[in-house]
This record gives sequence, C-alpha cells and structure tokens, in this order.
Amino acid sequence: MRSIIKDGQITQDSWQVLRADEQGQYPQVAADVDVIVPLALWLADKSAWQGRVGKTAVWLAPDADPALLAADLPDLPLVAVDFPAFTDGRGYSLGRLLRERYSYAGELRALGDVWVDLLHYLWQVGFNAFEIKDGKDTDGALAGYDTFTERYQSTHREPVPLFRRRVTSQ
Amino acid sequence: MYRYDEVDHRIVRERVEQFRDQTQRFLSGALTEDEFRPLRLMNGLYVQRHAPMLRVAIPYGHLSSRQLRKLAHIARTYDRNYAHFTTRQNIQFNWPELARVPDILAELAEVEMHAIQTSGNCVRNTTTDAFAGVAQDELLDPRAYCEIIRQWSTLHPEFAFLPRKFKIAVSGSVEDRAATQVHDIGLHVVRNEAGEVGFKVIVGGGLGRTPIVGEVVKEFLPTRHLLTYLDAVLRVYNRFGRRDNKYKARIKILVKAMTVEGFAAKVEDEWLHLKDGPSTLRDVDVAHYASYFTDPAYEVLQSNPPELTEKLAAEPAFARWLERNTRPHKQAGYRSVVLSLKKTGVPPGDITAEQMDAAADWADRFGYGELRVAHEQNLILPDVRERDLYEVWQLAKSQGFATPNIGLLTDIICCPGGDFCSLANARSIPVAEAIQTCFEDLDYLFDLGEIDCNFSGCMNACGHHHIGNIGILGVDKNGEEWYQITLGGSQGSHTTIGKVIGPSFAQADVPLAFEKIMTVYLEQRTNGERFIETVRRIGLDPFKERVYAKHH
Repeated sequence: MRSIIKDGQITQDSWQVLRADEQGQYPQVAADVDVIVPLALWLADKSAWQGRVGKTAVWLAPDADPALLAADLPDLPLVAVDFPAFTDGRGYSLGRLLRERYSYAGELRALGDVWVDLLHYLWQVGFNAFEIKDGKDTDGALAGYDTFTERYQSTHREPVPLFRRRVTSQ
Repeated sequence: MYRYDEVDHRIVRERVEQFRDQTQRFLSGALTEDEFRPLRLMNGLYVQRHAPMLRVAIPYGHLSSRQLRKLAHIARTYDRNYAHFTTRQNIQFNWPELARVPDILAELAEVEMHAIQTSGNCVRNTTTDAFAGVAQDELLDPRAYCEIIRQWSTLHPEFAFLPRKFKIAVSGSVEDRAATQVHDIGLHVVRNEAGEVGFKVIVGGGLGRTPIVGEVVKEFLPTRHLLTYLDAVLRVYNRFGRRDNKYKARIKILVKAMTVEGFAAKVEDEWLHLKDGPSTLRDVDVAHYASYFTDPAYEVLQSNPPELTEKLAAEPAFARWLERNTRPHKQAGYRSVVLSLKKTGVPPGDITAEQMDAAADWADRFGYGELRVAHEQNLILPDVRERDLYEVWQLAKSQGFATPNIGLLTDIICCPGGDFCSLANARSIPVAEAIQTCFEDLDYLFDLGEIDCNFSGCMNACGHHHIGNIGILGVDKNGEEWYQITLGGSQGSHTTIGKVIGPSFAQADVPLAFEKIMTVYLEQRTNGERFIETVRRIGLDPFKERVYAKHH
C-alpha cells in the first residue's frame, strides 16, 4: 500500500505498476494483485489479463498511441500515463486525447516524475490521480491543485475558455 | 494598449507566488538544481557568468510610459542602473540577486508585466511589427491577435513542457518587420478574395544551428480558427518533436523530417477534431480584444508643417536624423521616432535607467503614453507630431538616443555575447564597437546606405546573424575567439539565409574585413543599388577574393 492523491484526497492504494527490469524482463505478477501493465503487454494478450483474479489496468509511455487503447477504455478500471522526466510534456497531450477524443471517463493516473509543481496542469488536462515520486512530499503536493484559480485556455476541467466567459454571447 | 482585468492580475500574481515558493524550496534544498532549472527558466531566469539574468516579457513590444518607469526603477533598485533590449522585444536585467527576483516580479505585476515563458521549452513572447497600428504600409492591425495568442499561450496546461522553445511572430503589413519566416510559427494577417480576415500560416522557420526559412502550411486560415489550429500544431509538435537531442528538437526539424506536406496533413488531421470546438473565436471575442487597440485621439494636422520644413532646411544634421530615425505614420502630420540604442561605445540594445525615465516622459509629452520595442533593439515613440520632431531630436541628442543610424551598418543587432552570456563562444560587444568605430564617419555611413548587420556570439543565433546582410558569428577555435562572416542574408518578405564567405577572422581583423567588403560594394554598385542587391547580383566571389587576397 502507498499513499497517492486521488480526486483531491490522499488515499491508500494497492495498484502495482508492472515495469521491465534492467534486462527488459517483466517480473511475475501474482494472480490476485491489482496491476497496471504496459500497453504492449496488454495488447499482446488481452484476454489473459482480463481473466485474472486481480484487476488489470494499462499504462502508456509518453510515445504511446492512445488510439490503440480506444476500444478497451470503457472496460478499464484505470489508465495511467508515465512521466519518465517531469520535463517530458507528451503525457499532457495523451491525457487530453484520452479524455476529449476517446471519452475516457475512469481514473486517469500520472506516474513517474510527478510532484507538486505539475499537479495543476495535470489536473487541468484530465488526470485525477497522482502517484507522487518517491522522496517528494505527497501531502504537500495537494497544494498544487490550487496554484492557479483561473486560466485562459479551454481545458478538460473548464472547456469554455476565458475569452468566451469574458464576453457573453450575443 | 491591452489592460489587465481582475483575472489577468490574479493569474500573474499567482505565478509570482508560485515562483516565490519554488525559489524558496530551491534555496532550502527541497528542489535540486536539475529540478529548479526548468522551473526558473520558464520564468525567464538564467544563471549567467556573473549573476542570474532575468528576462522580462514585453508582449509584442508594447510598453506604456508607466511600465518603462517601473523598468527604470527595477534597474536602479535591483540592478546596476541599466538593462538590455533583446531581439525578441524583451528586456533583460543582468545583475539581479536570485533571492530578490520574486520581489522584482511582484513589482512588475503591479504594472501588468511578468517574466512568464521568456525562456524554457515553452511558447515564448509573441512578437510583431514594432510599428503595428501606426505603420503607413499596414494592411491589418495584428495586435488584437497578438494579445489573443499571448493569453492562449500563457500557462497553457498542455504545452508547458515542449521538446524545445517555441516562438510565434505576427505581421500585418506589406513589409514583414517581424521576421515571421524565421519563427516556429509565423502568421500573416491577410484578407482573402471574399474580404474575410484570416492568417497565412508559416511553420518551421528558425535560426540557431540549422537555419531554415519557414514554409507555408496553410494559405488561409479564417480568424475564428486561430486558436484551434495553433492547438493542433502545438499538439503535433509536443507529441512527435524529437526529445532525444536538443539540437534536433525544434519544430523545423520535425517539419523537415515529415516534409511540409506530411506535417501539414498531420496537423489537419489533428485539427479536424478541434475545429469549431470551444476555443473557436467569435466576432465578439475578437472585437473585445481589438477594442484595446483603437487609435488615440489624433489631431487633424497637415503634413510637413513649417515648424518642420524650416528646421529641415536650416539644419542638415536634423534632416539626416529625420531621414534615418523616423518612419512614416498612417496619420497625416505624425511620424514614429526610433530612439537609437546603437551609439558607438554602448553595447547594442543597452539602456540606462535615466534614459528609460526620459523616454517615458517624452512618450507622455509628445504622444499618448506608449512606446514600442523593436526587434532590432531600439526604442520607438510611435506617435510624434511632425511639428514636435525638432524638439524631440534635441532631447534625444541630450540622452544619447539620436545617433542617426537606424537601418545603417552601425545599427548592429547584437546579442550580449561572451561578456555576459555563459553560452557564448566569443564576445560580441567589443567587436561590434570596433565595427561602429570604423564606420563612424556619417558621410561614409550614409553613402553605404541600408545594411543590416547582425551579430551572434554563438550558434544559438540570438543576434540573428544568418539573416543579416552581413552576419558575424563568434566561434571558438581551441579556446580563442574567432569570427565568421556571412553575406547575403536578409529578413523581411524575402528572407534569405546568408552564406559564409570563408575562414573566420581574429578579433582585430574583423573591422578590416568589413572595410574591404564595403570597398568592393562601393566599386561594384550600380546607381542606387543597396548593399544586399549588389551582393545578390555579383555573388560572394568578388568579396572573397578581396577579403582573403594574399599580401605581396
């Protein structure tokens, strides 16, 4: 169990993220744990993952094509996007695509190099769960939601951009 | 000009508080240097040779007298009494103390200014024609669109961490004075055959290590689609731009790799999903922003009043200044005055606090309290009555602003170079000064006519050397500073990348090489031919032969 942030609260979470080791090998997954598997593994043997006792979710690397997951989204309990470095901004576009293009409505979790300074943007593009990087303060990261009380753009959280709210329609 | 409402103020204030917190966490050790670096860069803070350097945004070069006075105050209070205008209409402070930067930002916020996204791998300050709104050759005023783009790009949640920096320039006049063809996105405000206003969209231009002239990806984009189309371009770039090599991470490399047709198709595909979405601009939205850029209450005046013509006839030096340092205005009886920041002996683009205060006073007294910053690193009083020009000239002289060299060889566009910048291979300021000294004779300088001379201290090309008619690039040869000369570059509507003439020169030999190049030009030019036209006509060989001739 570890602490994560979900929907603005700190909660205890038991999902395990399946990542390759240094040799590129994946460790064995016990049948009854809830596991987040990489997209390639999911696509390679979907029915096996779906038949497990534990729940299975999928994580996307920054260069993943979210269209490959589109058909499965309604049935997935969770989708995660990995941020191998916080300066790698591709995941923000993936978040928006999953929410806005593929209408994914379930839990969208940010993994990896995720900490307080990124939370606001991640929330705006559609993420609602955050596994804060080891060594960074999870409790303190909650403050990240409120860094900005307003923004200019159309986002997943506020689709109507500021310019439209400034000038009421005629 | 645009004025903040409560929300704009709040966003900037919240950014100041966020940065204050980030700075404190860095100083207390909670953020590592590697973590803090991208965060401070996207707020315009570099660590330089001597001290941090803070770059403050001047959105599309618009500045009020009140803002300029605040910049003067900051230069006096937090810095060494001066600042430096950049080639992207921003201003830099070279000596602030890191711990006091949040206080500087708080002071800037009071006058609706900030340092948001003046550096870092994000969308930078949107730039435009310094004469936007007053130029005689303007087709459409680009400023409302600049402000719309500024707001769209400010703290955009999806595009905070792009592969590399991203620069947008907008032009609305016949002559492109915003270097749109060497920007990541260049937009020309145009009217189509049906009379509709929209944009020609150019993508993938840029200088740096791989200078490329941008290509048109959309001939006509109706205004309402501006932001959804920009979102589509940025999303394609954000997802597919290279992140493995910073020298290949600009959008120009992606466009080349995909071909411009392939890139345009990919954007079109993305745009289909965004088009007509919530970010679509309505006429009322555009009108709202345009309402900030209406004309001031110009007086109805005759052109060429006697107060002007008499002084012009009596004082050739005034006539010379007027010819070089003022520009035609769309309103009869007015001109725009360029205050030259290219006086010999002063680093190009540098301005003292006293000069800022003086220019702010003149903007109030002779205009409507507004100034402009040109990407050529000069300051502009946009609306001066012709009958006041003589007095403005005298005042400009008293503050060292009146060197009559705008557009001439000594109006050098120049980065701060190795004296300040830790990226530079070579110093630029002393070499620029040596060139200015060499061409100080005004008769000679005027005879040479219009020549863009651009100088960069390294490959990053902040001084835009590739598009100078003469370009200089500082290079490092075994720890020594050398200078490579390019010829034939040009900015504007016919942007061209200059070509290197041959082996680089030692610092002391640069002015002599310039003299030889100018001698060839004077020998070869036909009647009225400008330097760049002669270079284009005769090619580089005659220049090479002279410059590299062996002494006997």
